[in-house]
Amino acid sequence: MATPVQTQTVDLVARFPGMVTADARPGYTGFIVNKENLVEVATAIRDEFGFDLLTAVTGVDYLAENKMEVVYHAYKTTGGPGLVFRVQVERVDPVEVPSLINIWPGVDFQEREAWDLLGIKFTGHPDLRRILMWEGYEGHPLRKDWKEPFFEEEAKPFKSRWPDGQHTFAENKNPFRDNLKFPADFDPEKFEVVNEDGLYASLERHTMKNEEGSLNTDHIVVNMGPHHPSTHGVLRVAVTLDGETIIGLKPVMGYLHRNHDKIGERNTYLQVIPYTDRLDYFNSMSNNFGYVTTVEKLMKIQVAERAEYIRVIMAELSRIQNHLIFIGMLMNDLGTMYTPSLYAFEERELVLDIFEAVSGARMMCNYFRFGGVVRDIPDYVMQKIKDLVLERLPAKTDEMERFLNENEILVARLKGIHVLNAEDAIKYSVTGPVLRATGVPYDLRRADPYSIYDRFDFDVAVRQNGDMMDNYLIRFDEIRQSLRILEQALKQIPQGPINSQKPQYQVRVPAGEAYGRIESPKGELAFYVVSNGKPNPYRYHVRPASFVNLTAVESMCIGSKIADFVALLAMLDIVMGELDR
Amino acid sequence: MYGKGILKGLSVTWKRFWDTYTEDISWMLRGKKRYNTEEGIRHRSSKDTKGIFTVQYPEEQLIVPEEFRYVPFLVYDEGADGKKEIRCTSCGICSKVCPPQCIWIVRTNDPSTGRPVPVPTNFYVDMDICMNCGFCAEYCPFDAIKMDHDFDIASYDRNVYNLDKLLKPAKYYAEIRPENYTREEEARKAKEAAKAAKAEAAAA
Repeated sequence: MATPVQTQTVDLVARFPGMVTADARPGYTGFIVNKENLVEVATAIRDEFGFDLLTAVTGVDYLAENKMEVVYHAYKTTGGPGLVFRVQVERVDPVEVPSLINIWPGVDFQEREAWDLLGIKFTGHPDLRRILMWEGYEGHPLRKDWKEPFFEEEAKPFKSRWPDGQHTFAENKNPFRDNLKFPADFDPEKFEVVNEDGLYASLERHTMKNEEGSLNTDHIVVNMGPHHPSTHGVLRVAVTLDGETIIGLKPVMGYLHRNHDKIGERNTYLQVIPYTDRLDYFNSMSNNFGYVTTVEKLMKIQVAERAEYIRVIMAELSRIQNHLIFIGMLMNDLGTMYTPSLYAFEERELVLDIFEAVSGARMMCNYFRFGGVVRDIPDYVMQKIKDLVLERLPAKTDEMERFLNENEILVARLKGIHVLNAEDAIKYSVTGPVLRATGVPYDLRRADPYSIYDRFDFDVAVRQNGDMMDNYLIRFDEIRQSLRILEQALKQIPQGPINSQKPQYQVRVPAGEAYGRIESPKGELAFYVVSNGKPNPYRYHVRPASFVNLTAVESMCIGSKIADFVALLAMLDIVMGELDR
Repeated sequence: MYGKGILKGLSVTWKRFWDTYTEDISWMLRGKKRYNTEEGIRHRSSKDTKGIFTVQYPEEQLIVPEEFRYVPFLVYDEGADGKKEIRCTSCGICSKVCPPQCIWIVRTNDPSTGRPVPVPTNFYVDMDICMNCGFCAEYCPFDAIKMDHDFDIASYDRNVYNLDKLLKPAKYYAEIRPENYTREEEARKAKEAAKAAKAEAAAA
């Protein structure tokens, strides 16, 4: 498949005179849409211009200009560059922006996130509750005038560390200092930690009424999690059940929330890299890749040739081990306790040995730098990669297929259980293997090539049925394609420097914005970074694949059996470190 | 036939089970030890590993590669009569680059002039906060702070290391990271030679 070429340029200003203006700020692209016309313009963007996939909704707080901005990134599932459009509103409470949920239902969680963290009210959103923080939380932490407890300074490095850095523990400072806020009517006697009326009310919306004349059954609400072995971490799912059938479902998340975005804004550009490791902790190499690609876009620097190859090798190895874990963990969820997952872990260990030898750590690799990577791959590790890629992993993938794919119990559990169809998947902004299993060949390595993926010969793995079996088998296809890319990369890798820049601990990033996206094993992983020329990012936003893919879980599961829910959730391949951030 | 796929899968499990014993027996026949030896552990994490795969920690420990990083330590050179020559000049780059800001440095000031002296009065690393990213070692211009291989530091208390606890001899560093050590020593010698040549040229 050739890389699709965008021929038609989008000129929204000509199409909507008076409603849209081009963004003229230096370093910014796209269009500014009037708040009143947002829904109209967005409908045209989807229907007339064909941008059917809205990947990211990002709120930005421009405190100095007294403005709030919501940035939308829309793409076409046929590939090609995207369209950036934004709304700007006065920063006076309540900050209101019309919701786009009727045009792209995939904005659901992302709008809730912007409401939760920035206090942007999306009018028309049917279920605008907090998503990462808890109900009853006071304030919106990503606003620029919000300060965390133990707040020290706006940006790192902190002055207390050097030259007179007498060590103190954070708790020795009074935690109830001036930056702890209570609501005006706060009464500790009557304080309830979590108010969940909103959650259960939102479940009600989906409750199907018993049909006339049928047997009257009671509906029960079951809370799965937060501590449940099959929710892949601390995810809680409130489900309404009619017998065994799910008739209403809402995921509740944020148990692992640490406000990664705010941490990123406190850090310098370089300091963010090790924090991105902790997003999707199975694929720290991919996370690094996404972040450095974004900042390199902003810095407009070239990456050293050899480093490009090293990056691709690491990202693809990471994809292989992620999919192996996916297969193993899926088997755990289906009740095949441990044997398949430990077979998968065995191969993963060998991949992690490689990561450890090149980067120093098995999981928190911190291996990428702006312009290249930290260090070259030693010869003995290169040999090990070759051994794995050319000998062991293909054989072991075959063995895994022999082991599982024809197993009648597995086939009965997976075959024909519907996950998503193509239309719904695009509607809910689902990306990655789950989208490709519905027959949409949308892979960023092809559709919007980054790094050097346009040099390799590989097929985009696609399956047509969109059932669980296809979702499972597509992981094997992707492992095979990754091995193909690796084979070529190992053959082509040139000698040379591994970083195009001089190693420096503070990089200069010109003012502007950048949206960089990569195909992480779980889907589209994107970073939105706004720089104002200072050493730390002004706005740093992660668009994690798990979080956005989970938007579809509600429509996926309603009508299916509770026993299948566990497997359906496994299909989305969520990781809480990335989902909760 | 129903059950054929299951049997096919079970043949894989059976082979894996069998491999454990054939491996043990073949190692025994060759007169080698598969367990509790470096050779055995290395084989178990190579591409040829078959059968049982686990390393029985703590009786056996994985052999960490040279680049493995855990918490940082400070390097000192052993001078004449056992004097510790600390490489650190308390320039503060490590504490500035540290992402969780766990490095605290007290710079020494000359009591008579008030000017800074290039040696730290004290140096703290809060190991509970350290995220083992290795930036301090990577960006230190004096090769003074390096990442350790010793990962058994669990304790009942908070782990705030001060200068005394952080200092380790260059000999230890050479032991855990031989390749890095030789490379850095060569670079240092080349730099010193260049400096001496320059000084000579200036004198002449």
